[in-house]
Amino acid sequence: MATGNPIAAFGRGGLNTLSGIGSAGIFLIHAITQIFSRPFRLRRYIQEIEFLGAKSFLIVFVTAIFTGMVLALQGYYTLSGFGAEALLGVAVSQSIIRELGPVLCALMVAGRAGSATAAEIGIMKITDQVPALEMMAIDPIAFIISPKVLAGIISVPILTGFFDLIGIGGGYLVGVNLLGVNEGAFIGNMVSTVTAHDIWGGFLKSVFFGLIIAWVATFKGYTAKATTEGVAAATTSTVVLSSVLILVVDYILTSMLL
Amino acid sequence: MIKVENLYNTFGHIETAKNIYCHFEQKKVTCILGGSGSGKSTLLKQMVGLGKPTSGKIIFDGQDITTLNRKDMYKLRKKMGMLFQGSALFNSLNIYENVAFPLREHTDLSDNVINTIIKIKLEMVGLRGVEHLMPSQLSGGMTKRVGLARAIVMDPKVVFYDEPTSGLDPIAAGVIDKLIKDLNLKLGVTSIVVSHDVDAALKIADKIIILFYGDIIAEGTPEEIRNSDDPKVIQFINGSPDGPIPFKMTDKDFIEDILDEKI
Ligand SMILES: Nc1ncnc2c1ncn2[C@@H]1O[C@H](COP(=O)(O)OP(=O)(O)OP(=O)(O)O)[C@@H](O)[C@H]1O
Ligand SMILES: [Mg+2]
Repeated sequence: MATGNPIAAFGRGGLNTLSGIGSAGIFLIHAITQIFSRPFRLRRYIQEIEFLGAKSFLIVFVTAIFTGMVLALQGYYTLSGFGAEALLGVAVSQSIIRELGPVLCALMVAGRAGSATAAEIGIMKITDQVPALEMMAIDPIAFIISPKVLAGIISVPILTGFFDLIGIGGGYLVGVNLLGVNEGAFIGNMVSTVTAHDIWGGFLKSVFFGLIIAWVATFKGYTAKATTEGVAAATTSTVVLSSVLILVVDYILTSMLL
Repeated sequence: MIKVENLYNTFGHIETAKNIYCHFEQKKVTCILGGSGSGKSTLLKQMVGLGKPTSGKIIFDGQDITTLNRKDMYKLRKKMGMLFQGSALFNSLNIYENVAFPLREHTDLSDNVINTIIKIKLEMVGLRGVEHLMPSQLSGGMTKRVGLARAIVMDPKVVFYDEPTSGLDPIAAGVIDKLIKDLNLKLGVTSIVVSHDVDAALKIADKIIILFYGDIIAEGTPEEIRNSDDPKVIQFINGSPDGPIPFKMTDKDFIEDILDEKI
């Protein structure tokens, strides 16, 4: 199969990538259309939102509070050089709402829930649970994948909202309580500069990131080779690919939103 | 009922079916016997439309299932039940919910009715009382019996069994063999059983097919198989290591292979 021609190899690689993207696209469309077709399995959706969302809360909380705290610390020393400590609330809230909230939250969820999702689906495949659904005349994509995709789209924005609030709280803690920035200035300047557009932008990003995490994890798991090595590889590539995609899409969305 | 015509299947360089023809009669028990790796599970899965053969036809009730779309295939599958070789229980659900699963998905039965059906089916496989355990808490033989209970919970017309008794103790195996026969005799369930167990097959089958690395080397009633004078069949049913069927995967001389330094 391996011919020595590098151009041919490059072309073949390109075609494989394209057909990979094509089948991932068909897979996603199938999963999304199944969200809207009957029967609607409410319990499955709640289960997945709990798994992806609720169980990610603790790690999001810890990441958010320390992110806000370190931002305040760094921001204070930069701003106080210009006598502009009063703008600390603005600096912290702007960086969290527009950038760090959606991105860091998504990266944490990808690491915790994305990898677990890919592994779970891969194991269901190895142990014939996916064919067993087929045998019972149940579409495995509707049953396994659709709830996970919707859970990603719903949970990640909500988690991002929590991240933003907790992160700003962390910044407040360090800025006001520890470094003595004036409380009124911290809050007042922050409230007067944060716009609906900032919040909308952060929200939009988090929706995309939620979709990316769920899409990559379910597709990698569902198409994993039905061996132990196959599942291990799917888990790793889920985390790598979804993290890279989150950062790339973040750049694209930011450039469009600004 | 099911006809396999000119079926050819290959995974890379492994041929699991070499243009085979066979047919499975309605309301009969047909056993597919064959050594490990001879393509039995693959054939069984292709007969229910899980995975397409490389070429050839599989006719189920007059329809070629290798060409069916998803919707028609699902309609057909409502008449089928399958016990997978590894049981394929859902590891996130307890035993009760595993067996109840097809009922919850496909019927509007009340919890009371479902409860009764589950009790009956678990009693049939001798496992009433384990409802609240998780699959990971059961032994291999027990999960197999739960898998069987789930396969028959919708009262299918055709049941496909992939090694229903491997890993079971002789008593449990006897119970399952009897259950397969009873379902067939009393309810007219068409049964296709993949097995290693020659004695059980001779006992419960109406027809036996012996598969050997992608070829059908014999088929007939248990009587015909038992009285066959084909040396391959005699070797297979007696389980003797020497005979026309090589135990080895390669014809290469053993000593030569050991002395050969290349791997
Ligand atoms: N999806 C697959 N991809 C590649 N090779 C496969 C696949 N499924 C099965 N095989 C190969 O096909 C051959 C037949 O496998 P199959 O599972 O049908 O055997 P079997 O007769 O059921 O064996 P056993 O009695 O051990 O269950 C084996 O060599 C196996 O490695
Ligand atoms: Mg097998």
